[in-house]
Order: sequence, then structure tokens, then C-alpha cells
Amino acid sequence: MTDLPKTPGSKKLGLVIDLDICVGCHACAVNCKEWNDGGHMAPLTDLDPYGKDVSGVWFNRVHSFEAGDHECGRTVHFPRSCLHCEAPDCVTVCPTGASYKREEDGIVLVNAETCIGCKLCSWACPYGAREFDEIDGVMKKCTLCIDRIYNETMDEVDRVPACVSTCPVSARHFGDLGDPESKVSKLVAARGGMDLMPELGYRPVNKYLPPRSAREQKAPPLRPSEEVAAKGFLAWLDRMLSR
Amino acid sequence: MHPALSIIFFTTASGAGYGLLVLLAWGALVGHLAPQFGLGLCAFATSLGLVGAGLLSSLGHLGHPERAWWALTQWRSSWLSREGVMAILTFLPALTFAGLWILDGTVSRPAAALAILGAAVTTICTAMIYASLKPVRAWRNLWTVPIYLVLALYTGALLMELLLNAFGLRGPFIPFLVAVAGIAGAILKTGYWAFLDGGRSSSTPETATGLGAIGNVKMLDPPNTEENYLLKEMGYRVARKHATRLRAIVLVLGFIVPIALSVLTLYVSPAAATLFSLVAVISGALGILAERWLFFAEAKHTVTLYYGASKA
Amino acid sequence: MSLLNPPDRIDFSAPSADEVKTTTCYMCACRCGIKVHLKEGKVRWIEGNRDHPVNKGVLCAKGSAGIMQHNSPARLRKPLLRTGERGSGEFREIEWDEALQLATGWLADIRKTDPRKLAFFTGRDQSQALTGWWASAFGTPNYAAHGGFCSVNMAAAGLYSIGGSFWEFGEPDWEHARYFLMFGVAEDHASNPIKIGLGKLKGRGAKFVSVNPVRTGYSAIADEWIGVRPGTDGMLVLALIHELLKADKIDAEYLVRYTNAPWLVIRAPGKSDDGLFARDEKGRPLCWDKRRSAVGDALSAEVTPALAGTYTLPDGRMAVPSFQLLAERYLDPAYAPEKAAAITGVSAETIRRLAAELAQVAFSETVTLDIPWTDWAGRRQEKMIGRPVAMHAMRGISAHANGFHTCRAIHLLQMLLGTIDVPGGFRFKPPFPRPAPPAVKPAGKPGQIAPGQAMKGPPLGFPAGPEDLLVEADGRAARLDKAYSWEAPIAAHGLMHLVVRNAWAGDPYPIDTLFMYMANMSWNSAMNVPETLAMLTDKDASGAYKIPHIIYSDAYASEMVSYADLVLPDTTYLERWDCISLLDRPISDADGPADAIRQPIVKPDRDVRPFQDVVLDLGARLGLPGMVNEDGSSKYPGGYPDYLVRHERAPGIGPLAGWRGADGGGQGAGAVNPGQLDRYVENGCFWRHELKADQRYFKHANASYLAFAKSVGFVGSTDPIVLQLYVEPLQKFRLAAQGHGPVQPPDPLRARVEKFFDPLPIWYPPFEHETADDFPVSALTQRPMAMYHSWGSQNAWLRQIHGANRLYVGRRLAEREGITDDDWVWIESRLGKVKAQVRLMDGVNPDTVWTWNAIGKRSGAWSLRPDAPESERGFLLNHLIGDVLADGSPNADPVTGQAAWYDLRVRLSKADGAPRSEPRLPTLPRPPGISEPPSVLRYGSRFRGRA
Repeated sequence: MTDLPKTPGSKKLGLVIDLDICVGCHACAVNCKEWNDGGHMAPLTDLDPYGKDVSGVWFNRVHSFEAGDHECGRTVHFPRSCLHCEAPDCVTVCPTGASYKREEDGIVLVNAETCIGCKLCSWACPYGAREFDEIDGVMKKCTLCIDRIYNETMDEVDRVPACVSTCPVSARHFGDLGDPESKVSKLVAARGGMDLMPELGYRPVNKYLPPRSAREQKAPPLRPSEEVAAKGFLAWLDRMLSR
Repeated sequence: MHPALSIIFFTTASGAGYGLLVLLAWGALVGHLAPQFGLGLCAFATSLGLVGAGLLSSLGHLGHPERAWWALTQWRSSWLSREGVMAILTFLPALTFAGLWILDGTVSRPAAALAILGAAVTTICTAMIYASLKPVRAWRNLWTVPIYLVLALYTGALLMELLLNAFGLRGPFIPFLVAVAGIAGAILKTGYWAFLDGGRSSSTPETATGLGAIGNVKMLDPPNTEENYLLKEMGYRVARKHATRLRAIVLVLGFIVPIALSVLTLYVSPAAATLFSLVAVISGALGILAERWLFFAEAKHTVTLYYGASKA
Repeated sequence: MSLLNPPDRIDFSAPSADEVKTTTCYMCACRCGIKVHLKEGKVRWIEGNRDHPVNKGVLCAKGSAGIMQHNSPARLRKPLLRTGERGSGEFREIEWDEALQLATGWLADIRKTDPRKLAFFTGRDQSQALTGWWASAFGTPNYAAHGGFCSVNMAAAGLYSIGGSFWEFGEPDWEHARYFLMFGVAEDHASNPIKIGLGKLKGRGAKFVSVNPVRTGYSAIADEWIGVRPGTDGMLVLALIHELLKADKIDAEYLVRYTNAPWLVIRAPGKSDDGLFARDEKGRPLCWDKRRSAVGDALSAEVTPALAGTYTLPDGRMAVPSFQLLAERYLDPAYAPEKAAAITGVSAETIRRLAAELAQVAFSETVTLDIPWTDWAGRRQEKMIGRPVAMHAMRGISAHANGFHTCRAIHLLQMLLGTIDVPGGFRFKPPFPRPAPPAVKPAGKPGQIAPGQAMKGPPLGFPAGPEDLLVEADGRAARLDKAYSWEAPIAAHGLMHLVVRNAWAGDPYPIDTLFMYMANMSWNSAMNVPETLAMLTDKDASGAYKIPHIIYSDAYASEMVSYADLVLPDTTYLERWDCISLLDRPISDADGPADAIRQPIVKPDRDVRPFQDVVLDLGARLGLPGMVNEDGSSKYPGGYPDYLVRHERAPGIGPLAGWRGADGGGQGAGAVNPGQLDRYVENGCFWRHELKADQRYFKHANASYLAFAKSVGFVGSTDPIVLQLYVEPLQKFRLAAQGHGPVQPPDPLRARVEKFFDPLPIWYPPFEHETADDFPVSALTQRPMAMYHSWGSQNAWLRQIHGANRLYVGRRLAEREGITDDDWVWIESRLGKVKAQVRLMDGVNPDTVWTWNAIGKRSGAWSLRPDAPESERGFLLNHLIGDVLADGSPNADPVTGQAAWYDLRVRLSKADGAPRSEPRLPTLPRPPGISEPPSVLRYGSRFRGRA
């Protein structure tokens, strides 16, 4: 049902992405592709995979931006995936109910068996989180690795989305953003986690941690040593240095 | 937005079909049109044929047309679902009205009234599919619904005029309506384009990335070096020059030529009037197809902000 | 859910595998541990191994795309024999027997007559302990891997200075560093460890400064980006040293304890001992003991050495501590920040501030670990105290003609700040440190090579002076690549990039067979590609190829395949045994030595063989010593895994250090354990020994660590390893150039050797920069994190990320040149021009342009369709980079011979015409047996399960 849950649970599973340390390595994007290619939404079809117009279904894509001008700016790598919004129009526009938001944890999913492939949800998503599979004729998207996070055949520690477990710099965090006491919520509070395009009112669950302002090393200017100034390299002549 | 031909045809054809249906029903209701068999057959075939062909064409856009009936289930939240439901519901009075007209030579006033209502509501639903999409400023505005409604009526009137001329039922009302609806349409489109050109989405690369606090945000690299689905579907770009030329074509072919020809039909022989109104329909069709093509092609989606667009 | 809408059937607990096997990744040289999930015999999923010391569970984009590499349609399927002209790509498939007989025939002839006529070069080989040994056994000195164009400057400078180096031989102390200075690294070999480390470092709030002309990759997350001019880092570092010396912010105690700063250097200009260390009769270096006012043993703990002053030795010669020479040099105003600013483009103010910050962190924010330890002299120290400034550098420093000295300058800065192997500083990874330089000498002097004989020693090593060079009596090179000649005396990794030219030219002598492995020498590993292709296909007057035979082994249809006469198809990394050995390039970390294996995860579905098996097979067929039993039968009939277990390099020392001894209880050294590989597999395919807490720092002077290192054969004695501020071997080469000693450079090279073999770091402009006035812009290549070398283009997933490359141009430069975003431009060097599409950016040095490395592909190669973006819009800068300078001398570092491909200078102009890159070479045909690649890929569909 594309009506949003009338009684949304308090649980809001999502990701927190730290733009301060993301080095843009694409590990999350490819690991996501690898897991999900054989996962719940399998496959993540690639068209013309060895040719001119290669394109494929990816649930996570890493962009690079420059913010600020010239030398003073920053290069920021920016992974972009479904934000599992609290007010997701991609769900409400769906004419068949294939697109839905789970009551129990807020994850936005597509039922591949009832999706008619009208693509309207991809138009309704401001963030570009929806990916159409031309061969299957259905829309696919990030499942927050729903086949991992509750997977009883996995060790507890592995029950996180693939993008989180693989991230080499630990720039990705997974947890319950509905619980103010959760690690991710505290991280968001401490680091000023932000919504993307808040003006559109989708209320994303995923948060982005902004780049921190550069750490300044407070150091007094070096003063020429008077001794060195006076004696030059012979300044070190009189030191008694034991081994 | 990618101007998909199936959708362009669907929205224009069903609009014209509904416009024609409204005029038939209105004419019958106010007693201007007597239920004549030949006219009825041609007019309803055209009207409902266009609506049906449009709907079929829209199915062609689907990845799974065979599952399309599920699309009727989510009318509580989805304008697309509502449109489907309304399109089907509208067929009930429309077919009743048409059937009685053609087979019985009578006018069912309730059916005609309901057909008008259904056609109008369906057209509004179609427009609302677009007008409800927050990521597309070119669609989510107060212009979209009136334009869909006026253009449906206008294109329906062009068809009506051709039919009336063909059946020798020429009168001043339809040319007048063509002129009024056409001028209204042209004014709306001109106003819409001014709206389009005169502003930008409140979403920017800075809000899309949240990096505005650092400064201007410019894309360095896209995530993929070749175009992906998102760009093919929502990153369509039309050159400024090209768009300007097409807008002129819309105004000339879509409005000026058909309106002028329509008015002229009143002053020429019936045969010439039929020919004029046929040319008006063809010209109008080309113009409105271009209008609809532009409606998609000029619409920018906020996802392009992630791919180097400086505004949406 | 209404009845109309069937619920989504989610299998929340779908098992990811029927079976999970561990092995080691080979998508780059990082060598992470991976867990390969198999479903119905197919690779379902590859993830990082949480227990593995390298990657600790994480996995990068390349590693995650391993499935696509393993299933690439570019995989070779059967041995190939050339049928058409070389380069035409026309082959026929042959059986392995025929292939091996053919190769054996060529090689046996060579070995019987002149073993030097085999040139055996491997590219990104990770089995150099095997291949180098094989070359020695064959008897050819003409062996190396790709280090000559990769990072020999870093390795040599490090090994001669501190007995270790960056990457495999050392790492920053990610846990304790408070200030991290990184030079010239966009992304590199230690891919995941650096990322993990940076995450920790930034999480702790340490300051990260990146010195790099380009603000991408790691530099993007730096707290401060120093957009230095390419090739000028050395000057920047020396200016920092100038400032620190001037302010007396150096760790004199560290210098006295652990470096050769107090060693006395003889001052006798014009004499044969000028600039050498004063030594006693036992050869031990001397210092001036201030307490006794007499010379003393510089290695003794009982002296109070002077760092300055001029002293008279007992024999009357004059000598000064090496530190005094250092201070004299770098206190000179020539190294003042203003001077450096003009060269580097970094303001004097910034240089001063950086120096102040380094000093502040090093001397006011020391890290103290409450770990008692015992120093080399047996004295107990209560704490480990460190100066928490860490540094890292890689190819951005290495691939310049001044890279050796620049890297030395960085090590000098580390030593002066006292940050080598201390808490918070740079840490050695066992088996390093080793004595600087390591004692191994290259074999292959003229008298050491004889038909049918093995060489007595390895082909690669570390010359300590002119007497260790591989030169003929007249000074000409003895090796084909001219490594260890006067052109490149300290070419510790060999000079693979010169092999094709020299083999073609017959200089210093013609060869018969060029045998290469995993080295794309006809494309992205070549400099000046068009000329290289001409050399590979050139014929003499009789119509015979100037390089008579080329054997090539690769798993994939790379560009080089088309230029081979005989192609030996290798397996993918998931189909083989492999070894990442302590004898080679181990996976150790600073807290412990480690090595690893690969095990076959799946069986090949093609008629291919692991290269290492083939090498051992060829060795047995040729009867090479060590590879056959006395009866001539193969010593390792089980192939590479058999060798890994049973081969002993020295008694008790084999390729693998773990679970040695008959019962598997030993480590490091011990008898052969037939069950060794099983133990590795049980342990996740790696072995690691964790050092005790008191062994983890000050390894160069830590009694407990040194005793351990000796016990496992890492070092020959427990003597402390003295860090070399002043590198005496360099002075020996310089003295030879000045006319001293029996081995002297040929006259044309004397001035060059004298100038560049300075025992203290110097900075000089890269040669290309000096000679290229018409080409004002530096052009660099960087490695993208998601793709490595050329291997990624055949990978359906990675090529979506990098299917074509742009030329990145700074907005200011573009404005000056009238270039806008997406324009096509000609990039022109003195060698030629390349057409490329522009992407504008801000974060780049204003005099620099750059692109991603090895994305551009030759049309038809790697089984891509001929109109793939890799060839349509991708390009290589290699076409523009000379292997020689305009005057014909090598475009290389004069000390090591490292190819100076980062010194490229170009100019830009707008290009018209079709939007495609140029030059365009003819499309290579797909080798036989390789079918058309699929037009749709849905690999994972077989694994889908629904609840």
C-alpha cells in the first residue's frame, strides 16, 4: 500500500555518512553492487557491460564535488543512495503499491512482483535513489540490505548493510535514527548531521555529517635560536649528549 | 526530463479525446448538437479512440503492462492510480452516452453530464501526476493543471470543428471557442515559459549536497563516466536555442495558424472550411506535440543537481 | 496490505553461501584478506576478512569487483602462438605441451650459449622471490620487476637512509600520530591500510597535511592541502629543515643515539678518503667523545659524542661530525623559505608555519607509552617516548628525476625530528629495519655469468660502492636494462622500462628472448608508446625481428598479448596458489611480521595454468639447479604449492614463515612442514606473529626486537641499525667520479655522478623541467581509487566508474588558455601530442594538469568492444613521456634510474574535429578462443531467492 504507514513505528533505520572522511574510493558503491547483485533485488543488471553505452543498476553512487572556490575550497566525495525518507513521495505516487515504506523499521522497498515499471517513483525522488532495471522492467533500489540486517545466518557483527561493513575509512554508520540514544543519533547530534534538500520536505532518515572545518594546529612561530643565530652550525658544539 | 514519445502521445491524445468528448456532451446537453449517426460515429470513434490509444500508448511505457490493473489500487495516494481509475470510470458514461447517440439517436443527459465531469477530472488527474512532483519545478506549479485543461479543450475544439465542417454543420461557436481556448492556451503557455525562465528551484547544488556552508558547489566527477538510467531518464537537456525555436513553433503551429484557419472557416466555402479545419488540426497537433515535448524536455529534475547542473 | 497487492516476499535470512573460503585479494597490490562466498560452486560474494591484519574486514571497490575480474570475458583460454605479423594479433591456439616445448627450446639454446640473452621481466608480479631465484638459476642477470618505473626511488632512498621505507617496509603510527604529513599520494598500494588509518587519525582530531599538486583522493580530506609544484617537494622539505635547524628544533638526543649524526667524516678534499667516515682498524666508525676529548667508537654506548667541531684524528687527518656537514648545508640561506617559495609555489609564510607546527607537535606534544623496554646497549628504559609526527610518501615523490634525494630529504626530516619508529611517528614493518643499505649485492658481474651456469646470487641488490656495480671493464653496462651501471648505479629494482628499447637497439648487447609476465609494456607500462610499438615490431635487414622472441604470460587479453610470439595464459587470482612472502613484499604491519597465501577457490574453466607452475615446469625442463632432482626429475612435481612448502632459501627459511617445523610449531625459521598450507588455510590464509609490547618501537635499537629479528633471520646480527643521515655509499660513487678507485665512470658521466651522488640530500629541478621552456605546464597521472593499473577496464563494474578519462585543468589556467569545461584539447610535449577532453577544477596546482592513469585503452584490447569509451574518449599520457631526454640521456633519476614519468611538461591548445581522443591506433583483434562479450550482464540473478 502506497499510503504511508498510519502508525509509523518509532524505529527509523538508516545511514549516517561522514563527508569529512569519505575519500571517494567507491568501495561502498561496488560492495553494494556486489552484494545486491545476488541479493533480494537480484540482479543489478548491466547493459552493454563491455561496450560503448555501459550502464547498470547501482543502489549507491559516489559523486565528487568541489565546494568553495580555488585553493580555499574543499574536494568532497559524496555517496548518494536512498535516504529512506519519512515522507517519501516515491511511495505515495506508486499506483500499484509496489513501492512501500515498512512500518516496522521505515525502510523503503519495492516489491518487484507488483511493480509495473512506470518509473513515476524515480521521478518523484529528488535524490535519484531509484534505478530502473530495463531487463526486469521493474524499479530497484537500496534495501538497506534487508537481507543482511536481519539475517540470522550471519554473525551479529555482519548484520549491517554491505556499504557500512566494507567502508575502509569508517565513514558510514548504520543504526536506528528514531532512537535519540542510539550511536548514530548521537553522532548526528554531535556533528550537526544534515538533511539533503530539506526544503522539499521529504524528511530523509539518512543523515550526512558535514566536513569539519580544518583542524588548526596552534603553534607559536618558530623563533631563530639565539645560539644558532650567534654561532651557526657550531651551536651544537657544546651540547653534552649522552647515548 | 526525458521526452518519452509514448507519454507525449498519451497526454496529448487523451487530452484531445477528452476535449472532444466534453464538447460533444456539452453540445448535446445544451441542444446544439442533434444525435446524428454519422457525426456520432466519427466523433466518438475519434474521441474515445484517442483516449483509448493514449491509454494503450501509456501502457507501452510500462516495464510490465500485463500488471497494469494493479495500478487501479492506490487511488488514495497516487495521482497515476486516480487517473487510471478515472479513465476507466469515465468510459462508463462516455460509452453510454455514445451508444445511445449512435444506436438510439438519443441523448442521455446524465451520461453526458457524467462524461463531462469524468473527462475533466481525468484530465486534472493526468496533470496532477506532473503537478505533484516536487523535484520538478517545471511541473509542480499552478500552471500545469490549467494548461492541461485548456489545451485539452482547445485540441478537442479543433477536432470538433473539423468534424462539424466535414458533416456540414458549420457554426460560429466552435471557431469562437477555438479562438478563446487557443488564445487562453497561448497566454498560459507564454506565462508558463516566463515562469520557467524567470526562476529556479529552491533546491540548489548547495542544498542537494548540504555543502553550501563551505561555498559554491561544483561537480568534479560524476559517479559513472557514461550516462546511467537517472541521467537518461531525468537528465535530458535541450539546448536553449533549440527550445526557443520550438517555443515559436508551438505558438505558430499550435495556436496562431489553427486559430486563424478556424476563424477563416467562417468565411470560405464548406469544402475549403473542411480543408482549413483539417490543416488546423494537423498544425495544432504538431504544435501541441511540440508543446508537450517541451513540457518534458525543458523540465529539470533535482537529481541533475548531483550531476553538474547549477540549477533545477 | 490489501488482497489486491501480494506482499513483498523477503527472505530475511537467505544464506549468503553454501561455502565460504578465505584467500588473498589480487585486485591490486594491497593484498587484503578476503572471504569468498560460494553458492553452487559460483562466486556469490567477496568480502573483507575481519581477522586479516591488512584490511581488518574492509574491502575497497576493486576488491568488491573481484567477481567481475574473475569472470571477465577478456580471460585468455589457451596458449597462443603468433601466426601473423607481430602486433597484428593473429594467433592460433596450441596445446600446453607444444607451448612449453617451444619455450624450452628457445630458452635451452640461450642457456647453452649466453644466458644473458634471456631477459625475464615481470610486472605486478607478487612472486618475485620465485622469479628472481629462477633467473639466478637460469644464469641471467637480466631480471627485474616493475619497480624501476614504480617506486625504486622510495625503496632505495629509504633502505640506504633508514633501513626501511614507506609502504611495505613501514607505516605511520595511525594510533598515536598527532600530525600527519603526506607527500604525493592520491591513492596507492597500501590502499586499505591508509584509508583505515586516515579514518582513525581524523577521528582522533590529528592534523592531516597533504602535500600534493592535486586535491583529490586522500588530499580531499586533508585539514590542509599544500598544492605544491610537481617535483619541488624536496625543496619544500629542505626549507622546513632549514627553519627547524635555525630554531634549534631538532631532536639532538635522538640523532646522537640512533643516527650517524656524530660519526666523523674525513675532510681531505681531493683525496680518495674525502667524505668517507673515519673508522678504526676494525672498520668501526669513529666519533668525537667529548668527555674524553678523544676519538671514540661511534657505535659504543659509552661515549658522549660531539655533533659539531673539527677534530684531528690520531693519524692526523681532519674530520667533522656528519651532523655538522648537514647543519652547514641546510642553514645556508639557499634553503630559506623565500628561496623555496619561488621554486615550490608554496608561500614562505606557509613554509614557516608548517615548520612551526611540526616543531610544536614534535617537541610539545610528545606521546609517552608506559612500556619499559631495553635498548641495544642493554639499558632498561622505563617509557617509550615519541614525537608524534608521522609522514608518508609514495609515487608522487618517486617518479621524478630528483625523487631519490627528495625521499632522502623526507627521511632526513623524520630523523631530525626524532620520529622514526617512535610512538606517533613512522614505524618499521618487520622484517624491516635492515642495515642501511641491506647487505645483498646484485649478481651478474661479467665474470659471474657463464653458459649453462646459475648465477651465484640474486640479480637485484644494493651496491655499497662502485665495486658492486655490474659494469664491464670499459664502464659499459653488464645488464640489458643498464641497472647498476653508471647510468643508474643504485637501480635496486632494475629498470624494466628500458628493456624494450635496449633489446631493440642491441645496447649493450642483443638478446634472444624477452620473457614477460603481467606487464603491459606495449601500452600503459611503456613510455613513449608509439615508439615502443615500433621497436617491438622492428625487423633487421634479413627480415627477422630485432627482438627475436617474445614470450608473454597474462590472464587477460591485454595490449601486450598482441605483441607476443608465444602467449602463456595465466589463471585468475581465485584459481591459484600464491604466496606473499617475507622474502619478497610481505604483508607485515608495524606490530608484527605476517605473510599470506592464495588458495584456489574455484577451478579454471579454461585451459590455463598458473604462471608460477609454468615457471617451475620450465625450470625443470631446462634442468635448472634447485628445480630438478639429481635424476633430472622435477623437484616440485606438485607445482607452486609444492615449492611453497618444500623450498628452502636457506636452511629452515622458506617462502612461508608460519607453522614451520615438522609439527608446525615453529615460526620464522624451521624445518619443512608438509601440512603448512593446510594450516594457512585454517587460519584464513595468512600468518602473523604479534610482537611483544616492548618490541614494537625503536626496532632499530631495541634489544628484544633485534634478538627476535635475528632468531627468525630478518637480520644477521643484533647490532643496532644506525639511521643514515649521511649516506657514505653515495660519497664512494662520487669519489670514483672524482678519479679515485679502480671502478670509475666513463668520462661523459663523471660530472653527472659527481653532482648527483651527494651524501646529503640535494634538490635540483627535474631534467624535463629545465629543458622544456616551450612546455610550461606539468602533466601528471594519478591512480583512481576504484581502478588500479590497467586491470580494471575489463571489469564490467569498475569500468562504469572510470570508462574514460579527462584532462583535469585548473580554472585559472583554463581561463588563461581560453579553455572551457568539456572542451577538447591537444596536450603536446616535445614527443608528440594527445587529444583529450577537459574537466575544469579548482583543487589543482595552477601550473599543473593531470589525468587518471591507464584508463585509456587501445581499441579492441581487453575484450572490450572497439568503440568502448576507453578507446573513444580515454587517453594515455604515456605517449608523451620520453624514456630518454632530448639529449638522449635517460629521463630518469641519475641515482637509481627510476623513470621520471612525473616530470612530463606539456602545453595545451584547443582541438577541433570529432570528439574522440587521439592518437588512434588500429583496433586489435580479439585473440582466438575469446568470444564476443555479452550485451547484458545479469550475473547475480542465479543467486536470487525469494521467501
